[in-house]
Amino acid sequence: MAKYLLCFTVNGEYHELYIKPKRLLVEVLRDDLGLTGTKRACNTGACAACTVLLNGASVKSCSVLALQADGAEILTVEGLADGARLSPLQRSFLDHGAYQCGFCTPGMLVSAQALLDENPKPTREEIREGIQGNICRCTGYNSIIRAVEAVAKGKYKEKG
Amino acid sequence: MIRDFVYLRADTLKETLDILEQCKDDSKIICGGQSLLILMRQGLVSPRYLIDIKHLEELDYIKFSSQEGLKIGAITTHRTLEKSALIKKRYPVLVDMEKNLASVQTRNWGTIGGNLAHGDPTGDPGPVFIALNAIVKTANKERERTLPLEEFFIDFFETALEENELLIEIQIPVVPPKTAVAYEKFNIIKNDQGIVSVAASMTADDSGIKCKDARIVLGAAAPVPKRAKAAEQMLRGQKLNERLLDQAAEKASKEAEPVADVHASEDYRKFLVKALTKKMVMRSWEQAKRLT
Repeated sequence: MAKYLLCFTVNGEYHELYIKPKRLLVEVLRDDLGLTGTKRACNTGACAACTVLLNGASVKSCSVLALQADGAEILTVEGLADGARLSPLQRSFLDHGAYQCGFCTPGMLVSAQALLDENPKPTREEIREGIQGNICRCTGYNSIIRAVEAVAKGKYKEKG
Repeated sequence: MIRDFVYLRADTLKETLDILEQCKDDSKIICGGQSLLILMRQGLVSPRYLIDIKHLEELDYIKFSSQEGLKIGAITTHRTLEKSALIKKRYPVLVDMEKNLASVQTRNWGTIGGNLAHGDPTGDPGPVFIALNAIVKTANKERERTLPLEEFFIDFFETALEENELLIEIQIPVVPPKTAVAYEKFNIIKNDQGIVSVAASMTADDSGIKCKDARIVLGAAAPVPKRAKAAEQMLRGQKLNERLLDQAAEKASKEAEPVADVHASEDYRKFLVKALTKKMVMRSWEQAKRLT
């Protein structure tokens, strides 16, 4: 089966690669680009651990054909930090213990970032709605919500 | 494991319809793919040609006029509908519906046309749009046609689309005055598929005392979104009271043809239809009778 050209930008870096059309965005990010921060968990669009931003909108990368991202800008969890400096959300997650096993964390961070990009001052209810699609099986939701809330309240304005 | 396919990206409607005509025997349209990719991964659907219309910008629009009503291009995402100020003002029930449809991620990529063309009887848009009297417009290489959304759904995951046809637009004709629509689904996990859902559209007469028209649509309670026509008929021309509401809700539950699955038995679904019908008729009626 023929391979097709995919051109896209991931975390600010431009990539061109040839792929089979059946490949999913999560597979290309992890297996071809080595960006394994994005997790592949349920693989059926149910858990959102694979959430990335596609042109600024959160999507489940297990449920998007990679070729559909042609020309797009992708942001994965690796793109949140500025070099070694963690993003405000990442620092808040650390401070609030907003993770346990950590498997849902990349998806949570990216979903929360999408929420804050769109609505920098979400209410608690809006935060809950913003991460509603992301499943955490350690039931750490409360600390995750507190972590996002702290950023929304401006407690992480200074770069760490 | 997804089987290999030939990927064909179409950037205009004409190109899409040409490709569809050529490949109709063994092709599928993909737009958001939020349902299709799950079926392909399970090996339930394995087309030889996959025609990608995600970038078909000419089908990405929301238009409204007071003469013609609402027109939504098929590739409009759920999230665009949810966020539209126009939809919020004129069709608030669609915003309610979208906010409870799957996750933000799915709504960001999944499209209204894809949802309807998937033909899943548990889908949320079907019942709501049928309550709103929606019409769908389809096209093939030769012609366009329109049909009521109610007639678009044929059976489980089966629609009236011919193999060379594309769903291009969803229309909501002008809504009669003093009409309100309510929709709710019952589920265990918020934003999951409905175990049962009900949409009701109630139109009050000029005085706001009697029901002039009623449309009740049941979701996940039959192979397709189903009108509860006998229940509607019981309400038309009547003053609403508790007893009549109970009788109409009972009638709607008799009209339902649910199947049992892992989520609920047939009897439980019928019970849910009764409860939700009463609730949705009351909710839409309370709004409708106050409208000017």
